[in-house]
Amino acid sequence: MNNTMIYMKDIIKFYNTGTVKVKALKGIDLDIKGGEFVSIVGPSGSGKSTLMNIAGCLDVPTGGEYILDGESVENLEPNELAEIRNKKVGFVFQNFNLLSYATAFENVELPLVFANIPAKKRRERAAELLDRVGLGDRMDHRPNELSGGEMQRVAIARSLANKPRLILADEPTGNLDSKSGGGIIDLFEELWNAGSTILMITHDQTIAKRTNRVVKLKDGLIVSSLENGNGNH
Amino acid sequence: MNLMFIKQILRDMRGQKLRTVLTLFGIFWGTAAVILLGAFGYGIHMNQQKAFKGLGEDIVIVWGGTTSKSYEGLPRGRRIMQRVEDVELLKKQIPEIKYISPEYTEWNKPVVYEDKRIVAPIVGVWPEFGPMRNVIALMGGRFINQNDIDDRRRVCFLGNELKEQIFGEEKDAVGEMIRISGVPFRVIGVLKEKQQDSSYNSRDSRKIVIPSTTFVAIYGQKYVDNVVWKAESPEVHKIANQKYFEIMGKRHKFDPTDKQALMIWDTTENTEFFTYFFWGFRIFLYIISIATLIVGGIGVANIMYVVVEERTREIGIKMALGAKSGFVLRQFLFETMFLTSFGGIMGFLFSSSIVYLFPRLNFDEYVGVPEISAFVSIGTIVALLIIAILAGYFPARRAATMDPVKALKI
Repeated sequence: MNNTMIYMKDIIKFYNTGTVKVKALKGIDLDIKGGEFVSIVGPSGSGKSTLMNIAGCLDVPTGGEYILDGESVENLEPNELAEIRNKKVGFVFQNFNLLSYATAFENVELPLVFANIPAKKRRERAAELLDRVGLGDRMDHRPNELSGGEMQRVAIARSLANKPRLILADEPTGNLDSKSGGGIIDLFEELWNAGSTILMITHDQTIAKRTNRVVKLKDGLIVSSLENGNGNH
Repeated sequence: MNLMFIKQILRDMRGQKLRTVLTLFGIFWGTAAVILLGAFGYGIHMNQQKAFKGLGEDIVIVWGGTTSKSYEGLPRGRRIMQRVEDVELLKKQIPEIKYISPEYTEWNKPVVYEDKRIVAPIVGVWPEFGPMRNVIALMGGRFINQNDIDDRRRVCFLGNELKEQIFGEEKDAVGEMIRISGVPFRVIGVLKEKQQDSSYNSRDSRKIVIPSTTFVAIYGQKYVDNVVWKAESPEVHKIANQKYFEIMGKRHKFDPTDKQALMIWDTTENTEFFTYFFWGFRIFLYIISIATLIVGGIGVANIMYVVVEERTREIGIKMALGAKSGFVLRQFLFETMFLTSFGGIMGFLFSSSIVYLFPRLNFDEYVGVPEISAFVSIGTIVALLIIAILAGYFPARRAATMDPVKALKI
């Protein structure tokens, strides 16, 4: 798993907010290999989320080159980007972003629906994933019947639905107490050990230390990229 | 479409009761308006057509008149009267005339059956009078025929109301003897009830019809009161009318262009006017009801814009998980269709039940029997479909073209 998962060269991103041009990313060079668990740190407004969105093909850069898993994502149509998000990327958000009207099971099923997986296979897969994150007995609960930690587990199960090459987590423990947050990080570590490539934004230094590399952003530029020395799995 | 989304729509509808009810009401009311106005417009139109048939379709009634132009040295102001010989000649010489009959009228002659005495109008006519005026005999009876004319038979045909007055509802009149002006007559038929909204002497239901020859033999009239005729087809109607005046002008010495020499009532003119009038009326109703439906559609579109606004975050989540724009578009389009068809079905049910129950109120004599025609049903379904697609498409497109990053930030 040492192939290049993310290759970014001089990525820039400008936003036009009315009269002001915001330079969110000013030239990012980033290289992440398959099987890495990378944390991205930096003050707010440093461009972490923008970088994450571009990495997950949720947003497109204003300039620069981005190759995801050997595939250039330049000049792709919105629907082609949607397909990449569906098949290659799994998102985990700070605020979970679960559909409130749907059960845990249905939430996990959603990416499988978009991938046109037949209903029977879909159900098997969703059940298997919820089992894996320890929620086998809470499948029919709606988000408002679950704790924060459980909601995030559902979100993680959902992110894994189509066996993505890359998992992107934007402060996944930001809305959780330290105990359930710790459990979530354990889960990510487990996934990492199983071979997943994970890119995670965090504010928490102790969490960052558990990843194998810490990339630090400031004012839209990478200021450092340090190996933690806890090995490449 | 996934069951999950249908459940969501239903939950959404239940969660936003007032909004849903108002939206549905717009479509419901629009649909009901289209169908009811269509059905009643149809009923009223058909009723009117039936009423015209009561008098007779495309017939012309001709009375004697007074000349208004001098002709071949004769002064104006001469009285022109029609004779039965004229009618016989007209029949022979105008091939464009399909039916023609003289009509003699006597008002209020005594009619006696057993101990019952009434007075009734009596008319003397030819057999052609029947088909022209839609005078049809009830089962077991018949109208005047040629033999009755040739043999001056004392036979009579009764209007249905008159028959009830003389014989009551139950008793069969055919074959019975009655006395008209003291002369015994055998009843040969009774009028089958018909709707008649106009007449020039009295309603057929209140008359006694006897052969013209018998009429002359009893009452001794020299002139016919009027002539009734009908052209072979509407196309030759004008020619027949012109020839009528030419032949009569030659015989009675008046200018064939003298419109006053004979008084005519050309019912084809009414028919034409009413045909246009009723089509105009129905088109007007359709326009109003379609407008109502469109207003309902605009309501749905507005609601869908609100729904899209409210669900921006949900749209963002789905896009992040890989939903293509087509999926998002279909979801909202489907939801609009669902709302619209729900309202439409309720509108259909409501209007159908009104159309079904309405005849029980016995207003059919005035407004006819409303009917939901295939044209109206299919038209309404097509209109609803178009409205649903338009009302759903624009909000759905807004949803489908959202920027996922922005959608997730809300």
